[in-house]
Amino acid sequence: MSRQAREQFRRADHENETFVLTTVVGSYPKPTWLNRVRELYEDPDHGFDEADWAEATDDASRLIANEHERAGLDVVVDGEMRRTEMVEYFAHRIDGYQFNGPVKVWGHNYFDKPSVVSEVEYGETWLVDEYEFTAGVTERPVKVPITGPYTLANWSFNEAYEDTEALAYDLADLVNEEIETLVEAGARYIQIDEPALATTPDDHAIVGGCLERIAKGIPEDVYLGLHVCYGDYSRIYPEILDYPVDEFDLELANGDYDQLDVFRDPEFTANLALGVTDAHDARVESVAEIKENIKKGLEIVPADRLTVSPDCGLKLLPREVAYGKTKNMVDAAREIEAEIDSGELDSRLRPASAD
Amino acid sequence: MPELVASTPGLYPLPDWAKDRLSSLKGHQKHDLIDGEESEAITAVYEEVREELIGDQAGLDLVVEGQARWDDMLAHPLTVHENVETGGIVRYYDNNNFYRDPVVTGPLTESGDVADELEATAERTDSLQAVLPGPYSLADLATDEHYGEGEFVEAVAEFLAGEVSQFPDHEALFLLEPSLVENPPTDGEDERASEAIDLVAGATDADVVVHTYWGALEEKVHAHLLDADVDAIGYDFVSEVDDNLYNIQEYGTKASIALGLVDGQNTLVESPETVRDRVDWITERLPAQEFDRITLSSNTELFYLPENRYEEKLATLAAAAAERTPEVNA
Repeated sequence: MSRQAREQFRRADHENETFVLTTVVGSYPKPTWLNRVRELYEDPDHGFDEADWAEATDDASRLIANEHERAGLDVVVDGEMRRTEMVEYFAHRIDGYQFNGPVKVWGHNYFDKPSVVSEVEYGETWLVDEYEFTAGVTERPVKVPITGPYTLANWSFNEAYEDTEALAYDLADLVNEEIETLVEAGARYIQIDEPALATTPDDHAIVGGCLERIAKGIPEDVYLGLHVCYGDYSRIYPEILDYPVDEFDLELANGDYDQLDVFRDPEFTANLALGVTDAHDARVESVAEIKENIKKGLEIVPADRLTVSPDCGLKLLPREVAYGKTKNMVDAAREIEAEIDSGELDSRLRPASAD
Repeated sequence: MPELVASTPGLYPLPDWAKDRLSSLKGHQKHDLIDGEESEAITAVYEEVREELIGDQAGLDLVVEGQARWDDMLAHPLTVHENVETGGIVRYYDNNNFYRDPVVTGPLTESGDVADELEATAERTDSLQAVLPGPYSLADLATDEHYGEGEFVEAVAEFLAGEVSQFPDHEALFLLEPSLVENPPTDGEDERASEAIDLVAGATDADVVVHTYWGALEEKVHAHLLDADVDAIGYDFVSEVDDNLYNIQEYGTKASIALGLVDGQNTLVESPETVRDRVDWITERLPAQEFDRITLSSNTELFYLPENRYEEKLATLAAAAAERTPEVNA
């Protein structure tokens, strides 16, 4: 891994000298027909089989990757069309997990929280098929978001390990194995998602230990990001700067950048992937509005270390809203680049003064 | 020898069929949650659930209503109140669970919501145990825009006492006070918390257990809590053994005790033998204490668990208390 590896994602026909990388966090609204297809697939009385399901998810994956291309993203994802929930999906593929039934998250929102009942082991691959298919249907680089080991450990019942730390470290070794396989398949942009770190910030050292295991042996040209959302960043900063990752993907638009100050002191030394549209607001922000948000990022890092993305996965939004946000975000980034190229805007901005 | 009884802090998971049916009837968003004015169709589902939850507790010595309707967990008694507005979705302690922030905007008059829930269960059992958040925890979970600092905990306590006074006949009352551990009261607040608990406990003749969890109380908080006129303190021996033992050894406890011995947040099911061994292990280390009654319980609410494991945990508690009783009589 290397922070310079981001240059490989600059398109040959990129119109500006300045390059603000545009991408999404991962999930994207599923086309409504895919939800219907899932019902058929899960209905034991229906003839809809494995091959039909594979064809449907391939179609959805191609559709969203192409939609990301049309929006102009530099790095695309397939919107996680094959995945259900961010822990469940992986737990189904890891030996040592067992499912007992849904548990409450809030209100009538449940998830099938799995139990670790024996030592976790790497069985089938998790995301290689998803990556290979997506890479095959787009010319753009494809990012692979993977739920991080700490979140996989913390959002499971632990029946088999001494504590969360021991389980997380074993899972980190499996994530490392999966990434090696993905890299062999051609993946160069890997994002580890650790939302659980926001809920238990005191465990930042465990997440660091996990990332050391994950990054071990990963080649220089692989770009490694970490996504953390919806928490108090002051409780994990600056400690996270020691993590062996190239980029931190942070959710800040939702709180109107009220936590931006956290990252000013000490200086932010990594690359920053800044949330510039709110994933929980069904209003499509204007290009002008998003440009102001991108400028917040330039207060923390110069343009050549800035990535812009939505705050978090967009899957809960109506699809046209998700597209509108993505498209406007790319347009805003391109305008900012042009303004920097022309000298109208500095590549690195001073904090807006209070007066 | 002390009497061993099996009970729980309540807040059970919904049966899986009810999760589905209520999801369809109510929806998944913030404004779809219980507000105290739900439709007949929704009320009917909760009545059916209540019946089922009573059945689940066949082996327990004390039967709770199960609080299936408490969408906001321990914040429920406020989120259904007419002078409370529900704000954003906020994290429920250090869990991956969320509830609506109750913002108190007017006087906390008596509501009768919990009393109404208990009526149906009271008709089905002679061993009803009511469950409420303790005043300190409920105040901690809420946002006060009406009373002002220093008065809020007492106002919440008076509100809870008013609710208790409307309860049907009950054998016991569990007051859940996780905030005493998670967000401990400061100097002065600890004494007021204890007085607030006293105020709620004074509203019933039943045995009152103040149940604490997610660690052990700070020494001073524990010492002040012992001043409250309650029958037992509950200690979480799943998450913290040494500090809980220390508190009891150093400061004593009430004549009865509740022990959180079964993990309400892990699917690993303890055997009844394990639970009994834990009781023996703890009581051996408290030679100076002679308990009238030991309540065997899970450490936390049980809604964190999938349905199958929650049922098995109840069975463990029931068997652990039952198999000991003949020995006690022998």
